[in-house]
Amino acid sequence: MQIDRQMTGEVVVLSLEGELDSRSAPQAQSEIAELVPQDGKIVLDLSGTTYLSSAGLRVMLLTYRQAREAGTRLVLAAVPADVLDVMSATGFLDFFTVSDTVQAGLGVLQR
Amino acid sequence: MRTTSLTERVDAYPTGWISGFAVRPGRALPFGATPVPGGVNFSVYSNHATAIILVLFRRGEREPMAELPIPESFRVGGVYAMVVFGLDVEGTEYGYRADGPFDPVAGHRFDPGRVLADPYARAFGGREVWGVPPDRADPYPYRARLAHDDFDWERDRPLHLPSEDLVIYEMHVRGFTRHPSSDVAAPGTYAGLVEKIPYLRELGVNCVELMPIFEFDEFENSRTDLTSGRALLNYWGYCTVGFFAPKAGYAATGPYGMQVDEFKNLVKQLHRAGIEVMLDVVFNHTAEGNQFGPTISFRGLDNHTYYMLTADGHYQNFSGTGNTVNCNNPVVRGFVLDCLRYWASEYHVDGFRFDLAAILGRAPDGTPLLNPPLIESLAHDPVLRDCKMVAEAWDAAGLYQVGSFPDYCRWSEWNGRYRDVVRRFVKGDPGTVGELATRVVGSPDMYARRGPGASVNFVTAHDGFCLRDLVSYNEKHNEANGEDNRDGESSHDSWNCGREGPTGDREVLALRDRQVRNVLVLLLTSQGVPMLLAGDEIGRTQQGNNNAYCHDDELSWLDWSLVERNSDLLRFVRVLIAFRHAHPGLRGRGSAQGPARDDVVPAVSWHGVRAWTPDWSQQSRLLAVMLRGGSRQPSDCVYVAANAHWEDHELELPAPPATLEWHLVADTAAQAPHDAYEAGSEPHLDDQFRVVIGARSALVLLARRQR
Repeated sequence: MQIDRQMTGEVVVLSLEGELDSRSAPQAQSEIAELVPQDGKIVLDLSGTTYLSSAGLRVMLLTYRQAREAGTRLVLAAVPADVLDVMSATGFLDFFTVSDTVQAGLGVLQR
Repeated sequence: MRTTSLTERVDAYPTGWISGFAVRPGRALPFGATPVPGGVNFSVYSNHATAIILVLFRRGEREPMAELPIPESFRVGGVYAMVVFGLDVEGTEYGYRADGPFDPVAGHRFDPGRVLADPYARAFGGREVWGVPPDRADPYPYRARLAHDDFDWERDRPLHLPSEDLVIYEMHVRGFTRHPSSDVAAPGTYAGLVEKIPYLRELGVNCVELMPIFEFDEFENSRTDLTSGRALLNYWGYCTVGFFAPKAGYAATGPYGMQVDEFKNLVKQLHRAGIEVMLDVVFNHTAEGNQFGPTISFRGLDNHTYYMLTADGHYQNFSGTGNTVNCNNPVVRGFVLDCLRYWASEYHVDGFRFDLAAILGRAPDGTPLLNPPLIESLAHDPVLRDCKMVAEAWDAAGLYQVGSFPDYCRWSEWNGRYRDVVRRFVKGDPGTVGELATRVVGSPDMYARRGPGASVNFVTAHDGFCLRDLVSYNEKHNEANGEDNRDGESSHDSWNCGREGPTGDREVLALRDRQVRNVLVLLLTSQGVPMLLAGDEIGRTQQGNNNAYCHDDELSWLDWSLVERNSDLLRFVRVLIAFRHAHPGLRGRGSAQGPARDDVVPAVSWHGVRAWTPDWSQQSRLLAVMLRGGSRQPSDCVYVAANAHWEDHELELPAPPATLEWHLVADTAAQAPHDAYEAGSEPHLDDQFRVVIGARSALVLLARRQR
């Protein structure tokens, strides 16, 4: 799992590349935690996420909780179809704002 | 001062190495495999084993990656506990080998050659996708797995609805949305059921009773029906493999190992919709069968403890399935209690329905106990205190305890006698009116002490005919089960209304429609807790099969096109359920024995063709009851009449409470939409003193102010 950080205007865009499972989750979790801004905006780009296990789901949810705590708005973007299905079936999706693309996610945060 | 906790535990470090893994002595409690900082705590018990080996697998690999004998020094009493560090929670499967005597006559069947599943396993691999045939050559086919136990419940908690306010809906998770007509994203799954919650809300039920969802193997005893060539499975699942694990094959996310999260989400979403979750739990037997069945866990861990055995070590068979769980052995009692506490606390489940619960009251030698320790423990357990406990108060060996189940003023029962008399009355049997009267007011002959909430009233359930078939078949038609029509209940008090099975005869069809509604009127206006079988509200048929346990096909699945085709019936049921929720007198809370609180209308009064003059004779086929309830002034007052006679009758009506007048709520002799009226639209009866009840019909009247 590799995490890239980019700034688009005032929005932090984090791109998650690779598999997010119980082996990579702890590291990913602590890296993301450091990159979530205070009172800001963040897009998690999952277009490069090839697999999300239940530990991976928990990283997503923890990030959401952390963002809320920090007063930061968060959007999930470009979620692969099978990951979306898993998040939907387990109810994890209910917590998130989801956009088809990073661009659309930026649009949502602009509003 | 802000308090914080240490970020690490002092016991988060290994004390040694076994088979290449860092370990330390574990903690005996909780039993099972529990993630702890840096590792996993494994705890398993057996009073008769002499040694236990933990066997670890990498997920997806048949052969073990390691076998770790649990050192004698790690044992606490009969509990073997060890922490293993550095395990991948998602990528590890585990089991145990137990050594000990192999002496079947003495009841011991230890075999260290086998890998056994943990009875406390929170999740299982091996049956992730429903209907994929198991690998029969796998020496360890049901693989214990670890599960995350964190879940964001937000503010969810069990709903704690009063028992008598429930309208229960018995359903099969897979069958509810598996049919192609269900139009859900993941048919046949927990997630699919979530998509249908709006339907349940509109229907008005506030409790779903899920047929078994503990891990089982649908291929147990699977075979092919020689006449049709169809595969026959154990579709119902009354055959538990893992008592602490939700069935993975019912989860859309089963292949990803997320059945725990998916089932929790189902409970959370049902609660959000105001619907309780009751689990049908099967503690009377396990999937291990008799000595010829598979050894999965209990037989190999401590056969003598878990099963009722004869003096020479054979399996007792009070369940009709080969073995009988030794429920009143203190160890087994603890296991059952641990299991239910887990579902109540970890999954927020609202209640349990116990399959063949009479077995839970048998002593280790099979004798029925007056004061069964297990049933008493469950009745008084603090974790379970607010859970509904419903007994199917009979077993397969002739013990019938409806009304006499050891209840501790706590247990409810499936009221089998309610079912039997309503069926016989509606089909027109003589000599049923007296008992019917007792049954429709909550069966006080059996439940006066406990109150009407103790009586779960039902006419149909998964066992036996569904409602449409009850009025369409005289005989069961179970040929497709491949047992020459020998299986299934043979005395079912059904009546086909003149033709057996499908017919184009309009009179017969009209009568069947009416008979279905007559049953529903009685069920939904009786005091006690009504239970509907899923699909009965839309006229589902099983083509006369009264034991469809083995059919994973259209025979069992709910056909959602019936919602359109039988929309009149569905509307009728919705109206009656809403009526029930609106009128406390029908639920009998505090009314059945109470004195009249206002004017001269008693809480319960009986009527016939003449008001205040019920006909209790053998040939009587007509009964009317007036129920007054609630604390509202003036009283809530309902009149229900049922005529199982083949002729119309003119009924003299009792006077409603002062200032109120009779209005029509339901008349099963009328054509839809005049068969049921929504709240506020009930027509006023022009004649307040007389009403005609049609042949084989039922009427519901409400006393309210005329607008």
